[in-house]
Amino acid sequence: MIVEIGHFALILAAIVAMVQFAVPLWGSYKSDPILMHVAIPAAQTHLMLLAISFFSLMWAFVTSDFSVMNVFANSHSAKPLFFKISGVWANHEGSMLLWVLILALYGVMVASFGRNLPPSLKTHVLSVQALISVAFLLFIIFTSNPFERIPNPPMDGKGLNPILQDFALSIHPPFLYLGYVGFSIAFSFAVAALIEGRVDAAWARWVRPWTLVAWICLTIGIMLGSWWAYYELGWGGWWFWDPVENASFMPWLAGTALLHSALVVEKRGALKLWTILLSILTFSLSLMGAFLVRSGVLSSVHAFAVDPERGIFILGILTFFTGGALSLFAWRAPDLKQGGIFAPISREGALVFNNLILVIACGTVLIGTLWPLVTEAFGLKISVGAPYFELTFAPLMLPLLLAIPFGPLLAWKRGDLRGAAHRLYAAAGIALLVVVITYSVTSGESMIAPLVIGIGVYIVAGAASEILWRAKAFRADWSEVRRRLFNMPRASYGSMLGHMGIGLFVIGSVATSVWNTEKIVAMSPGDTQTIAGYDVRFDGVKNIQGPNFIEKVGSFNVMKNGEQITTLHPGKRAYMVQKMPTTETGIYNAWDGDLYLAVGDELQKGAYTVRFYFNPFIRLIWLGCLIMALGGLVSLTDRRLRIGAPKRAKKTRSAVAAE
Amino acid sequence: MTRKQRRSAMIFTGLGVLAVAVGLVLWALSGNIMFFYSPTDLVEKQVKPGQRFRLGGLVEEGSLVRGQSTKITFKVTDNAKTVDVSFEGVLPDLFREGQGVVAEGKLNTRGVFVADSVLAKHDENYLPPEVASSLKKKGVWSDKDTKAAKGTGS
Repeated sequence: MIVEIGHFALILAAIVAMVQFAVPLWGSYKSDPILMHVAIPAAQTHLMLLAISFFSLMWAFVTSDFSVMNVFANSHSAKPLFFKISGVWANHEGSMLLWVLILALYGVMVASFGRNLPPSLKTHVLSVQALISVAFLLFIIFTSNPFERIPNPPMDGKGLNPILQDFALSIHPPFLYLGYVGFSIAFSFAVAALIEGRVDAAWARWVRPWTLVAWICLTIGIMLGSWWAYYELGWGGWWFWDPVENASFMPWLAGTALLHSALVVEKRGALKLWTILLSILTFSLSLMGAFLVRSGVLSSVHAFAVDPERGIFILGILTFFTGGALSLFAWRAPDLKQGGIFAPISREGALVFNNLILVIACGTVLIGTLWPLVTEAFGLKISVGAPYFELTFAPLMLPLLLAIPFGPLLAWKRGDLRGAAHRLYAAAGIALLVVVITYSVTSGESMIAPLVIGIGVYIVAGAASEILWRAKAFRADWSEVRRRLFNMPRASYGSMLGHMGIGLFVIGSVATSVWNTEKIVAMSPGDTQTIAGYDVRFDGVKNIQGPNFIEKVGSFNVMKNGEQITTLHPGKRAYMVQKMPTTETGIYNAWDGDLYLAVGDELQKGAYTVRFYFNPFIRLIWLGCLIMALGGLVSLTDRRLRIGAPKRAKKTRSAVAAE
Repeated sequence: MTRKQRRSAMIFTGLGVLAVAVGLVLWALSGNIMFFYSPTDLVEKQVKPGQRFRLGGLVEEGSLVRGQSTKITFKVTDNAKTVDVSFEGVLPDLFREGQGVVAEGKLNTRGVFVADSVLAKHDENYLPPEVASSLKKKGVWSDKDTKAAKGTGS
């Protein structure tokens, strides 16, 4: 019964979304405020219906109702409750339902937070949001119905893929979708601005926080995925440049660019067209990610079960929204007035540079990801691996990394490059010191790695020195400095943290990829192996019974310089339902890196293949991402985003004429 | 600087970065793409030893042999031709006989594919074949689903 209610609510939601799209748009055409206002209750009803639908599906999962195909295929009665819940979105159909639920949630947030949003803009935004909802709801109803029943219900389900039964991976999709779908707001605002023929500071001030929310969630989502891959898959790696990973990384790159260009529109009224274009591209890349992941056109090690029919449907959605928005852009763009002149060396100039590099770097990732499709059309099956991305993406990012600390130090309109450089002497000095130390500690193994680590340190120190310089540290007395630090806008701290996060990420990723050590050996109980100064003794394996698995747990005694440090318990789980093994790694976090153990297959009596890694400073990668996200969060609490958005600019004559 | 000069300065920077990017992409694509061959392709295209590529197919039933240490050998088949593969390391969790696999490496002079990495597809709908066939008998599982569930890595 509840399942039918869910199914019915889903269909009703699609109808409400159609109303939410058509009626307010008609109202704005007829200048009828009552019809325009329909958007708000419609958005709320839409959310409520989808919530009913979503929780009905969750109910089916929690109560293990195996008469529902989706529950049968992805759940099992012996599964822990937490994974029954996360099982709702650990499959294609359920995850699409989560996708539209989040879309509706964002719509309601615009409706309720946007009280002082100009009515016509709000109407158009909600209308466009609803159209996106309609497309995805039709997609779910016609190709991926999560409520499909099985005529003769089986006794038990097939269970969720064991490697997905993990905490980080359970919360990974919600964050990722909050990111992808969040960019739809920027997209809707862009389309609304094109319909209205007007972009001003108020518009940018509205777009920025939404972009920021999406960006924060996407950053956390990607980070969780990378962290999970690291500790769960047992390969010791954290990023593989796999098409599915790239699918999430491209919207992130474009979103980061959008975050920065929206700043220019807000503060200086320049880059309007570019920002609108970027909003469209960012959401299009999110849609393309959905297409790549769910259509199976690219071979990837992790993908959803593929179905060409779904792929074509999503491709249709992608073509419709991207093509439609770009056509609208081509048609209306000439009407938008550009403003704000600036010198190449200025804050705006720095932000343009940021955008230029991020977008081009995103383009190289796009080419690398899609290249196998191009060659396949000519009958050649190829794969583009990590070396391609390392050779293109990394060198392109280098100038941007060097430029990061300069950006916030340059004034708007016309900046003083020499002055900014002068303020970065201290940061550069610290970085140089670190380069020298790193080079000598690693006995000159690599020349480039210490330099890049130096760049990371320079970014972190540069971000700090910008704040100190603004606070007049070392120039004014302490009470003045304290007052200035206290009164500084939170957005300044936000950008400082964001940039520091990038710096830490650079240090971590370079250190771990250049100086990691790997060892694969066969060990019998009592054997000792040495890696990166640790003596690891294998003490045998015993069996442990879990809720829905049996685990062979190894015991490894870790010593350093004759001192006992810890005991690690990497294991191999066999999940009963799926008869499928998963690797459980044993990781010891030292201050300078991770000692990482994974147990492989049993060889002869009691002997096992063991994988050892020492990954220096790998934690900085995820710590850096978290700090970036934290920076976004701090920026989001900035006073100007909470209080009084500026009044909109007066309607321009041309815009009126064009309507 | 006049407005025109400013604009051209920015355009030239943009074009410069773009040119560098295009150069990097072309250079990286020329040397770093990896061909994907099935065992049949391998025979037909006469791939030379030493060239890196990806080999995809099914792990032949009963072909997996574990050596004394961490060395493993198995056979990859596409039901027409078969290639011997040797690998040193830990096999992925989803690796099993009869299942899809993608191995990366090169042929040695004796025609054995020496893999340095082995990937098995992890699919949300992974389904042990015996379960799939029993379900098919019961009529609750269609062929289309089984194909997706098998996931032969290509």
